[in-house]
Amino acid sequence: MTLAQTAPDTALYRFPHRHMLGIEGLTIEEITMLLDLADAYVDQNRKHDKKSDVLRGRTVINLFFENSTRTQASFELAGKRLGGDIMNMSVSTSSIKKGETMIDTAMTLNAMHPDVLVVRHPDAGAVKLLSEKVTGAVINAGDGRHEHPTQALLDALTIRRRRGRLDDMTVAICGDVLHSRVARSNIHLLTTMGARVRVVAPRTLLPSGIERFGVDVFHDMRAGLTDCDIVMMLRLQTERMRGTFVPSIREYFHFFGLDHEKLSYARPDAFVMHPGPMNRGVEIDSDIADDINRSVIRDQVEMGVAVRMACLDLLTRDVSPN
Amino acid sequence: MTKRTAFVNARLLDPTSGLDIRGDLLAENGKIADFGPDLFRDGVPDVEQLVECDGLCLAPGLIDMRVQVREPGAEHKETIESASHAAASGGITAMVCLPNTDPVIDDISVVEFVARRAREIKMVKLYCYAALTRRMEGHEITEMGLLAGSGALAFTDGIRAVSDPLVLRRALSYARTFGLLVIQHPEDEAMIDGGVMNEGELASRLGLAGIPAIAEVMMVERDLRILSLTGGRYHAAHLSTAAAINAVRRAKFDGLEVTCDTAPHYFALNENAVGDYRTFAKVSPPLRSEADRQAVVEGLRDGTIDAIASDHAPHDQDSKRLPFAQAEHGIIGLETLLPLTLELYHNGHMTLLEALRKVTAAPASLLRLPSGRLNRGAPADLLLFDPDRPWKIDEEKFRSKSKNSPFHDRPVQGVAVRTFVEGRTIFSVA
Repeated sequence: MTLAQTAPDTALYRFPHRHMLGIEGLTIEEITMLLDLADAYVDQNRKHDKKSDVLRGRTVINLFFENSTRTQASFELAGKRLGGDIMNMSVSTSSIKKGETMIDTAMTLNAMHPDVLVVRHPDAGAVKLLSEKVTGAVINAGDGRHEHPTQALLDALTIRRRRGRLDDMTVAICGDVLHSRVARSNIHLLTTMGARVRVVAPRTLLPSGIERFGVDVFHDMRAGLTDCDIVMMLRLQTERMRGTFVPSIREYFHFFGLDHEKLSYARPDAFVMHPGPMNRGVEIDSDIADDINRSVIRDQVEMGVAVRMACLDLLTRDVSPN
Repeated sequence: MTKRTAFVNARLLDPTSGLDIRGDLLAENGKIADFGPDLFRDGVPDVEQLVECDGLCLAPGLIDMRVQVREPGAEHKETIESASHAAASGGITAMVCLPNTDPVIDDISVVEFVARRAREIKMVKLYCYAALTRRMEGHEITEMGLLAGSGALAFTDGIRAVSDPLVLRRALSYARTFGLLVIQHPEDEAMIDGGVMNEGELASRLGLAGIPAIAEVMMVERDLRILSLTGGRYHAAHLSTAAAINAVRRAKFDGLEVTCDTAPHYFALNENAVGDYRTFAKVSPPLRSEADRQAVVEGLRDGTIDAIASDHAPHDQDSKRLPFAQAEHGIIGLETLLPLTLELYHNGHMTLLEALRKVTAAPASLLRLPSGRLNRGAPADLLLFDPDRPWKIDEEKFRSKSKNSPFHDRPVQGVAVRTFVEGRTIFSVA
């Protein structure tokens, strides 16, 4: 059996979108398809020989206008395991400084005929704008505080593999929801799939109108975590903050940092997620971050590669664009 | 062992329930056990202390929600101890101090210091506000959750306005997370522009730079817009102008969670008190026009202004005996709060109970304190007073360390006869 054949039967999967710009708007079936395919790639990644030729002859460019280590590495590995040609471009320190616009950069790269552009940009909507200008598929690897779809998919895959389902779960998303694209994508995905989602944060870290996203809003960790199945912590994004949203790290950790006492309000089998990188002692206690019985943070990293393989695979299949 | 005090033959007054009857009251272990017209009809029970009230008014002790105690940092002007004695003699059983001490109350350790000093002195109950922003500089919000947990009752930059609208927005929003009250000193700093008294004819005649009345309403209107965005609990301190009171009146009608207070000098005096550059009449915000003074009275009467606070601001001679422009702002007020509030009753603007409510139940309810009302189980923080006894305010008799009062020699009616905290006498007229 060749490695290419270890990938799921391509005939079963038809992703009706040209790009992967966000979770909002995806159907239950589309999300399920992505997760099913990713599931198969998890198995492939655990084998001795991880390589397949799904992307043979294809070019993937990781175009990062904002620094990222783990997401970029995850996409790079995903592309390489699928046998594609992967190029990494960090634009934040080169072209932008020379006065080139994002569109200029994209058009330049487009002329090199990439099949997929994986794009991260500090501004919401930038990836969508770019997707309108290029011929290949575009995957949003995070745009400002808007969406980070592959993160939500890898979180969902982690939950589904642990619990066997996504519906009928209560998930508390805690912390800096205001600045978090991870939170937005997760809210869209989890509510679409039938999970009950709570957000727990001080009011200064919640975007206005969040209750209309179909979530329950809490400002007290103990109340918000009560009987939760999953506790999803977010990083306090101080680099995105202008002015003070919370008075101090000490106060933030006291009221909104996850420690064993607050976690005890969740279900006894509840597990803890974090998109990383973690601020230990800010949003999460080290004891919990490192507790392999409660924390699935390393699982999330593993699922990340599989989910990105599934996205690259689906978006490079020959389907009619929407 | 149960400690009991019987108050017999009193005129019981409770602004919350509207109670105004002859009767008795029993305090047990510091709490009000029972009260009513026929409480002791079968004889007074065995008690440690019997207080013969001689038909005088027995009401909840006053709660002064705005006091500067000057300790730590300026103990030559006032200390927690001297302020406590002044308060007790004025019929006040609880007071809340502003955070503009040195160091500023923006850290748990200072909140705890104030609480410890109050415990040592064991007079009136002393609470404090914490600063809304660090060092009251108006930029970074303080650790409100932790400070509230250590005892801070609400958050304010004291005698300074929070000028930056974004900071106020974040502060209100963050405070709402914990259900905390934000108190603003509403005065647009840019509009003050070096002004030292109310802008108008008198200021022009005196050659003093004026502060326009709109400096207050501009800030209140702005804050109310922010409040409508964030929600939360907002309190405007010491309102002095008709326009600002109107703004609050409208906001209350619209359902915003807004409250406000005023100080006795804003309804008992107008800008004419400045007279011949009398620095004792220099306050912040400044004393206003007669029309504004009347609007304050009307605001109190119709309930727009929730509470009256003394805004006690002690200053020594060195701070006040200066050219008007250079003198400090402020009036002492702990010992004149009761008689000046009772002027509203004696002048026919309000009933006795309505006037009392502004200095008892209203501040208690704003600050969520258990006192301020005659309730079974409530702390026996009580005031025995004669509402009619005439006297003349005399600065020589002030217990406060500072004497900066423009009310010296003013004839008033109504005096505290005895003050009790948790059933214990903390002041008694000699």
